[in-house]
Amino acid sequence: MAVEQPLTGETTRIHDIGYRGYDGPRLGRSYARRSLYSQSLRGAYGLGRSVKSKVLPMLLFAVMCVPAAIMVAVAVATKAHELPVGYTRYAIMMQAVISLYVASQAPQAVSRDLRFKTVPLYFSRPIETADYVRAKFAALASAVFILTAAPLLVMYVGALLSKLGFAHQTKEFAEGLVSVALLSLLFAGIGLVIAAVTPRRGFGIAAVIAVLVISYGAVSTLQAIATTQGHDGAVPWIGLFSPVTLIDGVQSAFLGATTRAPGGVAPTTGQGVVAVLVTLALIAGSYGLLLRRYKKVGL
Amino acid sequence: MVRITNVGWVTVIATESLSKRFPRVTALDRLSVDIGAGVTGLVGANGAGKSTLIKILLGLSPATEGSARVLGLDIATEGAAIRERVGYMPEHDCLPPDVSATEFVVHMARMSGLPPTAARERTADILRHVGLYEERYRPIGGYSTGMKQRVKLAQALVHDPKLVFLDEPTNGLDPVGRDEMLGLIRRVHSDFGISVLVTSHLLGELERTCEHVVVIDGGKLLRASSTTDFTQTTTTLAIEVTDSDTHPDGTRAVREALAARGVEVTHEGAGLPGAGHILLLTAAGEQTYDLVRDVVADLGLGLIRMEQRRHHISEVFTAGSTDEQRKEAVGHGG
Repeated sequence: MAVEQPLTGETTRIHDIGYRGYDGPRLGRSYARRSLYSQSLRGAYGLGRSVKSKVLPMLLFAVMCVPAAIMVAVAVATKAHELPVGYTRYAIMMQAVISLYVASQAPQAVSRDLRFKTVPLYFSRPIETADYVRAKFAALASAVFILTAAPLLVMYVGALLSKLGFAHQTKEFAEGLVSVALLSLLFAGIGLVIAAVTPRRGFGIAAVIAVLVISYGAVSTLQAIATTQGHDGAVPWIGLFSPVTLIDGVQSAFLGATTRAPGGVAPTTGQGVVAVLVTLALIAGSYGLLLRRYKKVGL
Repeated sequence: MVRITNVGWVTVIATESLSKRFPRVTALDRLSVDIGAGVTGLVGANGAGKSTLIKILLGLSPATEGSARVLGLDIATEGAAIRERVGYMPEHDCLPPDVSATEFVVHMARMSGLPPTAARERTADILRHVGLYEERYRPIGGYSTGMKQRVKLAQALVHDPKLVFLDEPTNGLDPVGRDEMLGLIRRVHSDFGISVLVTSHLLGELERTCEHVVVIDGGKLLRASSTTDFTQTTTTLAIEVTDSDTHPDGTRAVREALAARGVEVTHEGAGLPGAGHILLLTAAGEQTYDLVRDVVADLGLGLIRMEQRRHHISEVFTAGSTDEQRKEAVGHGG
């Protein structure tokens, strides 16, 4: 009678509960798309991946931000009335770093799924081609935007701390953000299209670098030749043929930037409109090509 | 035309003169077949149209003509709803080597629409059910083929589908791995309550696993019937006995004893080493097994083996080409 009853609470039992079904919510396409977006965006900075794959994106992110921090420090120390480099000019100045980032992360975003044939697993689920392409495009564009907007934010905060004119700084910061947003979409689109047709990662990296960096070099050289030969009017037109100079054209025409083109030839409004149209056409074209590519891959 | 073959038959897949033509090949040719709940084998040689059929049933590739319903949903208009309720395990490798099984299956669960917490719980459950334990935290790149196949199966089951398509799940596995995978497939239906359509180019292994078998060749239906039909009409018994002092040639003694009772016995594969020791006879039912047991016991011999031999795919193909079989196939499918 006095024997202590052992605890018979649920906690002391081990059940082999066997297979349990799932009756909970199924959140469908848009949820899957958002999940793929956040997974890809984190992946673009190596989060949720191996330590090794965090090194390069984090390093490039630091390389992007450190010069901005130094500039701010110098501006504060010397009590300058203006930041040494404008918001719109910063990304153009750092274009090699941005290109390297896109070249390293675009293949990781899409080539892996193609190379290891994971794509059919996505398309055998509610998610569709357009969802996949949109999620990947948005994720890489956001990643590039974070990379390019972060140093601008550093500069803006620094400028406000050193009491440079608030209205003036805010307007220029906003223009800078619009410029890097366009740049992010353009670079992400071009990077993804190239990566999506080169399942081998190494080739993808090389091809993206070739298109982004070599085209910039070639266009700059041609522009320099045009200026020395007195064909200044041709400079903005030549600028349409490389992503970096294209963005340069757009922002010098509409976003109050001073052009980096040789000879400082600013585009006319007409040339600026053409540059905007070409930029938008390239972004839309990249999206269209990606859709076509994945329609074909299918299952 | 009678569709309902037995009580409780639930049609999971129904195709009606489903055809798929590519510019140069006809992958499916007016295929009409009903597949019920349970484990169904889809058998055909390579290029018979098995994978094409699965793609069409997933609503990923439009049929050239004809129609089909999966779980009562129209493949042409309700593809997304179908894909939410079915799972798919592809034939080829589809796993990234640099992530762990857990991470990968959680991601795939979310792609099926499971909320984050449910995705993690279901992943842990299903990986345990397919037999992956501590190794699930290691990168997939270091897994054996058998473990990879389990991960592929897990991602197809993680969202608790009503039906799962398994494309050649035993490919590349050794005999033990093959048996384990087949056992797992049986459990998918018996324990998990998920219907299975499993493809293979080997009829033999599917006969042991499936309740029904659909045989297609060149995109055409060759035969659709329950495996018991196959067994009842085609079971061959293979027996092997020991020798004893009174019967130095045990095999011959058994053959003569059986022949005396009117059972015709043949030798297997004459000319092969050891082949003379295996006797083949056609089992007419339960009583044949008893007869063999009694005969061997009466002679005082040891029964080394008595096993069912089933026909190979090639035999179904040759048998299927006779007119009679063709009619039967149409009768079952039509």
